[in-house]
Amino acid sequence: MIPFWIILLKIVVVLGVLMTAAALVTFLERRISAFIQNRIGPNRVGPQGLFQIMADLVKLVMKEDIVPTAANKTVHDIAPMISISIALCTFAVIPFGNTIELFGYQVKLIIADVNIGILFILAMTSMGVYGVSLAGWSSNNKYSLLGGLRSSAQLISYELAMGLSIIGVLMVAESLRLDQIVMHQTRYLVGWLPAWNLFVQPLGFVIFFVAAFAETNRLPFDLPEAEPELVGGYHTEYSGMKFGLFMFAEYANMITSSALITTLFLGGWHIPFSENWGVSPLVMSLLQVLAFCVKVSIVVFFFIMVRWTIPRFRYDQLMNLGWKVLLPLSIANVLGTGLAILLISS
Amino acid sequence: MIEQYYPIFVMIAGGVVFGVLMGKVNEFLGPSRPTEEKSSTYESGMEPIKTARERFSIKFYMVAMLFIIFDIEVVFLYPWAVSYKQLGIQGFVTMFVFIAVLLVGYIYVWRKGALEWD
Repeated sequence: MIPFWIILLKIVVVLGVLMTAAALVTFLERRISAFIQNRIGPNRVGPQGLFQIMADLVKLVMKEDIVPTAANKTVHDIAPMISISIALCTFAVIPFGNTIELFGYQVKLIIADVNIGILFILAMTSMGVYGVSLAGWSSNNKYSLLGGLRSSAQLISYELAMGLSIIGVLMVAESLRLDQIVMHQTRYLVGWLPAWNLFVQPLGFVIFFVAAFAETNRLPFDLPEAEPELVGGYHTEYSGMKFGLFMFAEYANMITSSALITTLFLGGWHIPFSENWGVSPLVMSLLQVLAFCVKVSIVVFFFIMVRWTIPRFRYDQLMNLGWKVLLPLSIANVLGTGLAILLISS
Repeated sequence: MIEQYYPIFVMIAGGVVFGVLMGKVNEFLGPSRPTEEKSSTYESGMEPIKTARERFSIKFYMVAMLFIIFDIEVVFLYPWAVSYKQLGIQGFVTMFVFIAVLLVGYIYVWRKGALEWD
């Protein structure tokens, strides 16, 4: 039995890394967007502008916290806290490495190894709707209300496609445990191709990837905060650190989504062909954690690239894509996977 | 069994503490000089016209209802998917019938125009 302080240590490390990474991604997004738009971007504070994050944090904390008189104050206060706590705790079931030997214990590199991993993540992403829609409603502002409504409609629409696209993966891996799903991807398909679900479930991957963009309210699906129509969307009436918490939650969600994509479709912490490298188990574990981080970073980078390359959808296009394209496609994917498994096993 | 979930509770608690702490630090450090204009509802610099507590499009309600129907279907699919390889051809046929029934409803909803957004 692993003592509780090791689990606590894992939690502290993961929360620390997640928060730092989320802050870092806000900065990276500004630099990359500047690069794409041929601007300079923040480069004054510290080396390459890296301390901009700290400066922003201090600035946000020192700002006045304005609550409109018409707003519902309690709900207005609670909404960002719901968003941030849900965004941070989703990471609990994602495996970021295999087992590692630490202080004489075999420690699994996952915070909570529960047997309902995927269901927990889906439940938490659904809970995320509350933060946004409560923020929109409680502000008593028309822009906020519309932003909150749009966001909840969008999140639940794409959640269907997301949930259905995962089913193909579950049928292949026969488990809801995320580490089991990663384990299943450590095999090889035809000798040289790793059995990543990217190759086993290409259609599911595409559907999940698109749905992930919608779930994190990222462009091209950032209708809830479409600046030309809705000012700031659901966080129009937020200022200071409460606005910061929403931003922070958005970036934490983006990282969690990337980690989920990595785990479900890109082989998680698995490094292909590393079995016969002959390095010691400890080095191997560390390399696997590194591989996980690299894969997640690549997906995050892709998220940022897409945001600054593709224009925004119209709302009816968004709904059409979710309900009329992705939903039938994902049902077809489930049936197709079922047929394929039957054919292979017989 | 429940012990597996303790870390999740700790994680949620961590998130809540972080959120509350940041909010409180902001309230403590930031200035508080409310004026009537500053704390009025933002409406692009105009005088706010009525409140936001008004009727909104029924489409959103429609989407929520459809979501519940389809989401329940997805929930049924999860246990089936996990044990699919043991169920074999029988499992496939059963689920095919289930999805076919649901598809009839889906096509009905589509034809009725509930998925149109105008």
